[in-house]
Amino acid sequence: MSIAQDSGPPKVSLLYDPKVRSIAYQVILCAIIVFLAYSAVRNAADNLARAKIASGFGFWNQAAGFDISQTLIEYSANASTYGRAFWVGLLNTLLVAALGIVLATIVGFLVGIARLSKNFLLAKLSAGYVETIRNVPLLLQLLFWYNAVLKALPDLRDSWGIGGVIFLNNRGFFAPSPVFSSGIELVAGAFVVGVIGAIAYARWAKKKQDATGKQSPVGLVALALIIGLPLVAFFAAGMPATLEFPEKGRFNIRGGLEILPELVALLIGLVFYTGAFIAEVVRAGIMAVSKGQTEAAGALGLRNGPTLKLVVIPQAMRVIIPPLTSQYLNLTKNSSLAVFVGYPDLVQIFTGTVLNQTGQAVEVVMITMAVYLSISLVTSMAMNWYNARIALVER
Amino acid sequence: MAVATQDSVNHSYVRHAQVDAMPAPAATTGAIGWIRANLLSSATNIALTLFSALLIFWIVPPIIEFVFVHAVWSGTDREACLPTAERPEVGACWAFVHDRFSYFIYGSYPIPERWRVDVFFAMLAVGIFWLLWLEAPRRDLGALYFFVVVPIVSYILLNGFETIGLRRVDTSLWGGVLVTIVVSWVGIVFSLPIGILLALGRRSHMPAVKLFSVIFIEFVRGVPLITVLFMASVMLPLFVPDAYSPDKLLRALIGIAMFASAYMAEVVRAGLQAIPKGQYEGAMAVGLGYWQMMYLIVLPQALKITIPNIVNTYIGLFKDTTLVVIVGIFDFLRTVEVSRIDPKWAAPTTSATGYVFAAIFYFIFCYSMSRYAKSVEARLAKGDRR
Repeated sequence: MSIAQDSGPPKVSLLYDPKVRSIAYQVILCAIIVFLAYSAVRNAADNLARAKIASGFGFWNQAAGFDISQTLIEYSANASTYGRAFWVGLLNTLLVAALGIVLATIVGFLVGIARLSKNFLLAKLSAGYVETIRNVPLLLQLLFWYNAVLKALPDLRDSWGIGGVIFLNNRGFFAPSPVFSSGIELVAGAFVVGVIGAIAYARWAKKKQDATGKQSPVGLVALALIIGLPLVAFFAAGMPATLEFPEKGRFNIRGGLEILPELVALLIGLVFYTGAFIAEVVRAGIMAVSKGQTEAAGALGLRNGPTLKLVVIPQAMRVIIPPLTSQYLNLTKNSSLAVFVGYPDLVQIFTGTVLNQTGQAVEVVMITMAVYLSISLVTSMAMNWYNARIALVER
Repeated sequence: MAVATQDSVNHSYVRHAQVDAMPAPAATTGAIGWIRANLLSSATNIALTLFSALLIFWIVPPIIEFVFVHAVWSGTDREACLPTAERPEVGACWAFVHDRFSYFIYGSYPIPERWRVDVFFAMLAVGIFWLLWLEAPRRDLGALYFFVVVPIVSYILLNGFETIGLRRVDTSLWGGVLVTIVVSWVGIVFSLPIGILLALGRRSHMPAVKLFSVIFIEFVRGVPLITVLFMASVMLPLFVPDAYSPDKLLRALIGIAMFASAYMAEVVRAGLQAIPKGQYEGAMAVGLGYWQMMYLIVLPQALKITIPNIVNTYIGLFKDTTLVVIVGIFDFLRTVEVSRIDPKWAAPTTSATGYVFAAIFYFIFCYSMSRYAKSVEARLAKGDRR
């Protein structure tokens, strides 16, 4: 029966069956990986046993016994554990990343827009900044700011100051710090209420505009709610905050807010470096909006401001957001270069001091990597969510 | 002859010669016009011009003064670069760079053997020139030379090979520009093929292959290079038997190659995604197998459009090589760091001089790479222009 023979699948040698082959390849790959992992673990166990290092996370609760120059949470060399040191380092990393992201965004947007300016000098100046900064390694810039600029600042006696309020010398940057007394909760509460109110008002205004076409002064009202309300509360509560000014003594500066020179150098370096990259992202994003869009907006009778706000920026943001996210992540990862200028970030404290003291290489490196991985994943998830919200909705 | 008669009629109110157009107002042409249009067109523009001019005036003259005017060009030790009564302002201490120049280039590589490093640089330069010059003859041979011949020969040359009379030079003696070039070049040579494999793996239909590629790429891209180098430096020796423990330089090279491969994989993947599905289907329809399809049809097109991004990855890699100091390797920046705190040259401007010199070095390399990427981009865009 020739028909029955034809209807069956063609007879192929198992060797040439794509399915069999694909399974075979994957089995081989898995076998290799399992073998490598197994031998790595066995070697590690051997080597650790020979070096008499107990593996495990027992060190987490041991006393750290070293000092940290900048601690956002309570920490002392004698009483605190390695685990506490980890949190101190993590918070320092997050601090520098958060400050850096805000400042680099400002620098990047200003320079990116300036580079597209019709003003010849300004455009060339921005281009020069971007090209120079982008082509020099970040580490070199950090070392330059720290060793050649901040270390070369005058010492305490001749420190630069503005009206006895702000001081800059080779020990760091000193500024007044706010001191809160009771009643500040009222101001904080007013701020939260203001933000919630502003969001609610913006929603109501959008609904009203969708229904009637009438616009409302959202910006002004939001400003009044977010800044005005806490101000009113501040005075109503009898001004529960004062500024503590730094006082210059003979040997040190007491009081006020002290910012370590390491943090200043790291921030300047990161902000200038990442700012140059963000400038390029912004420039590419704005240039991606075709000129026809601007012209069409003009033809509809929109003035320059509304054209930018309603037509160009929303479209440019779609192009800008994804690369901007990766620049934020780069900044966070690059903040690990803190170790070279001695700023006590996660890598300096944990992968540096803790690793040297305990010898728990595998655990320490793994924890550090896990932290950066989680920061990366959380940021990408947040940015993806935002990106999905503003993405072009196509049918 | 009607036309001729009409022409010859002499009416006084008819012009006989074309009158030249009047010149444009002086304020809109030439230098003045340009300045008015580009610098002073409105109040905001004037303010921006003033601001930029002030900024330039504030930045540029001090730099020129530091680098040229007040610079010290010759001298044998720190005395030359110290400020004195008759010369209170001291700029860059170029005498220091001149004195330390060979250390910056070779590190502690033994002096009688330094010709080997020179040969290595020359071989590399020939290879780079051969590959980058697009009209060069036999560029396929050039690729073979660059990716196969040079690595083997230079390994023998730099590391030494007793049987042919080359003294062994331990990698702990290597340093300076030599190490910077070796590290970035190893990264460049290894990251492209590994990156291509990872990118293909990530787009593969085999779940195990895909999973492995995704995990590797996302893991490496999610952590800072420093931690990868730490891992290579402190964990790698644990994972291999004691006898095979790799030396410091090799560990750093492995870390850099891993890191660069993951970034390269994403660049190549973007190129692969830009190739229309019809190309894959067409290749399959003419009966090509997977590797033939990739090698003959897909990769040539995908790599072509990713060349600018590949070069940009290389620039990043070149800058990142400075981080190998964390595992105790004397790259170029490290030699500058060590020299600038040398008491023999302790002077107020020594540090800044060292950093400016290093910055110029890195800038020249990175800027020429990015120019090359731009020119390739422009050349490729020609084909798409209608």
